[in-house]
Amino acid sequence: MTTPYQQQYQAPVPPQGPPQGGPPQMPPQAAPQAAPHQPVLSGPPSQPYAGVGPYTSPIPVRQTHLGNALASEWTKIKSVRSTIWTLSVMVALVAGIGLLVSASTSDSDYETVPTTLPGFFGTLLGQLCIVTLGVLVITSEYGTGMIRTTLTASPQRSRVLTAKALVFFTLSFTTTTLALALVAFATAGMHSGPGVQEPTSDQLLGATVGAGLYVSLLGLLSLAVGSMLRHSAGAITTMLGVVLLPAILPAFLMMSTSLRELGEKMQEYSSPQALASLFRIDESLNSGWPQLWGLAGVTAGAMIAAYVLLEKRDV
Amino acid sequence: MIEAVGLTKRYGAKTAVYNLSFQVRPGAVTGFLGPNGSGKSTTMRMILGLDEPTAGHVTVGGYPFRKLPNAPRQVGALLDAKAVHGGRSARQHLLCLAQLSGIPARRVDEVLGVVGLQNVARKRSKGFSLGMGQRLGIAAALLGDPQVLLFDEPVNGLDPEGILWVRNFMKQLAAEGRTVFVSSHLMSEMALTADHLIVIGRGQLLADMNVKDFISYNSADFARVRTPEGDPGQREKLTAALSEAGGQVLPEQDGALRVTGLPLPRISDLAHGADVRLWELSPHQASLEEAYMRMTQGAVDYRSTVDERAALQQQMSGAGAMPQGGPYGYAPGAPGQQTGFPPGTTLPGYAEPPAPPQQHAPGAPHTPGAPMPTAPPAAPATPVAPVAPATPAAPATPATPVAPPTPPAQPPAAPSAPADLTKSDTEDAR
Repeated sequence: MTTPYQQQYQAPVPPQGPPQGGPPQMPPQAAPQAAPHQPVLSGPPSQPYAGVGPYTSPIPVRQTHLGNALASEWTKIKSVRSTIWTLSVMVALVAGIGLLVSASTSDSDYETVPTTLPGFFGTLLGQLCIVTLGVLVITSEYGTGMIRTTLTASPQRSRVLTAKALVFFTLSFTTTTLALALVAFATAGMHSGPGVQEPTSDQLLGATVGAGLYVSLLGLLSLAVGSMLRHSAGAITTMLGVVLLPAILPAFLMMSTSLRELGEKMQEYSSPQALASLFRIDESLNSGWPQLWGLAGVTAGAMIAAYVLLEKRDV
Repeated sequence: MIEAVGLTKRYGAKTAVYNLSFQVRPGAVTGFLGPNGSGKSTTMRMILGLDEPTAGHVTVGGYPFRKLPNAPRQVGALLDAKAVHGGRSARQHLLCLAQLSGIPARRVDEVLGVVGLQNVARKRSKGFSLGMGQRLGIAAALLGDPQVLLFDEPVNGLDPEGILWVRNFMKQLAAEGRTVFVSSHLMSEMALTADHLIVIGRGQLLADMNVKDFISYNSADFARVRTPEGDPGQREKLTAALSEAGGQVLPEQDGALRVTGLPLPRISDLAHGADVRLWELSPHQASLEEAYMRMTQGAVDYRSTVDERAALQQQMSGAGAMPQGGPYGYAPGAPGQQTGFPPGTTLPGYAEPPAPPQQHAPGAPHTPGAPMPTAPPAAPATPVAPVAPATPAAPATPATPVAPPTPPAQPPAAPSAPADLTKSDTEDAR
């Protein structure tokens, strides 16, 4: 107890030293006369302890912009294992199941459906990986406390969320679309012949870019939900509900005549049905693009809510 | 420069911080003290714009944090050593923070070197010890070479080498003209590091002053006087003389006298006048820890109590189970209390905390051009001063380690007068 004290006794001295020699305009002799007023005039509040001015960094300070945040989020997303794992599993599911289906079917199977079909089965499962990744991109920051570090480094919170959304969306869209394109072109290569239905460019677009967009939008919705709920398990569960409930509920809704219409609409816009439409799994289905725009609308709404909450809430 | 004005934060019905106003100035290490749950971290989060104050505002360099053009270049912060994604390597973690504020990547390697983590730069931070985590957090705070630095409990988990490093590093940062704001529970550490103290309790400002003044306002400085053993007459004579001169004299366990209210030279003169020889005349100034305990004892929310083990005792039901009468019959605290003062004694020194600010001022003229020691009068004029005298109301609280007997050879700092002695010492130190 004594030792620290004794050292402490001298500790404040060095910082106090400089001002003594610092202002040369006040010679030591002058001080005694001036002193009675001094405590009132220049107490510690106005005078820095050290005799140096406020520190200025030699490195110039410049304005930051979205590009900085994008670079940062790119570093973040690629430097954690959850990204690598979820994306590899997604690619394995989409491409693996797709190619498996493609290999186990014969040319005659493609007389009524386009050769883009095999991608559908893997995408049904693969979308869950993207949902998980979308949630984790933001909730892992809340879970670890990293978000406080991030938002201290960039108090422009919306910019951080924008950068996260852009980086994640671009990454998941690129990966999904590439995996789907691989399946589509491999199937087209494996199955060709007079009876085989060649996909129109419209169908091809829907089965690659369309499905890729749909899955990535679902991921973006997950990111927004994760940002609002700030909890990994809660957000993933919520998103599973969003994906699965519209596919399950209609079966019950359609039992009642009054709710039949609602049930049908819900089924049409449910994730499996929307993907089925994009892959043109059945002649009776629409192109799938209305469902895509519907999802885009929902996602935009969720993102706006996420922005508002992020700006308003304490971290 | 950090400036808080009327800062208030409520979480539902609980007020975490109430009407807190203070300034943290550049060029000094400012310690931020308070018991657990007193609102230190909340205040830090409000400074950093993470929490929005319910009322009042806080600015850094004149701007609210969230309006700073490039915040990490102005303010660096270590809030929580574990506020890191454990799956990311130390280098990647710092890199993403650097990129966020447009800091070149080579700066990352620089700060890794500064905190001594270059060898584990590519390891996942999940495997880091608490001390390594603190170093990583400090590195993150330094990334932007900022003018203002905030550290929340920076030495937690550091090894002695690391603690020494942080201590010197903070002082160095302050000497460069930066604003350094550090919270800590380690009083001995604060006493060594900080120049200035801001103490809060239950979310309110208790003190905002120089460390030295804080100690003398919040603890009883006294002189220990010992007369030759085996000659009680001398002791009586001296006691009478000192009491007559206005000092308060208390006997100590080992036969020495504890004198408050008289400067050392005056005690010596009185002894000489009374023809009493002295075997010891030593000043005692309480440590920062004692001063802090005295000030905050009324504001502690979470207080530990003795573990009575009542339930277990019932189960034992044996009469002789606890021969010592209590589970902690020889608790470390018990003998210590007795050495201090006879039970029931009211300590005059505590009842009247020494040295109202004005009394310090006259000592000032002798220190040419050094406004520091005299300056604090400005602070106690604020709500601080009333608080300090209020605490002595509780000297009966036995658990607080109030001013235990101290070994001799303490630097002089009796209440009012030894200002001169203090000065000469400070000058020597220069």
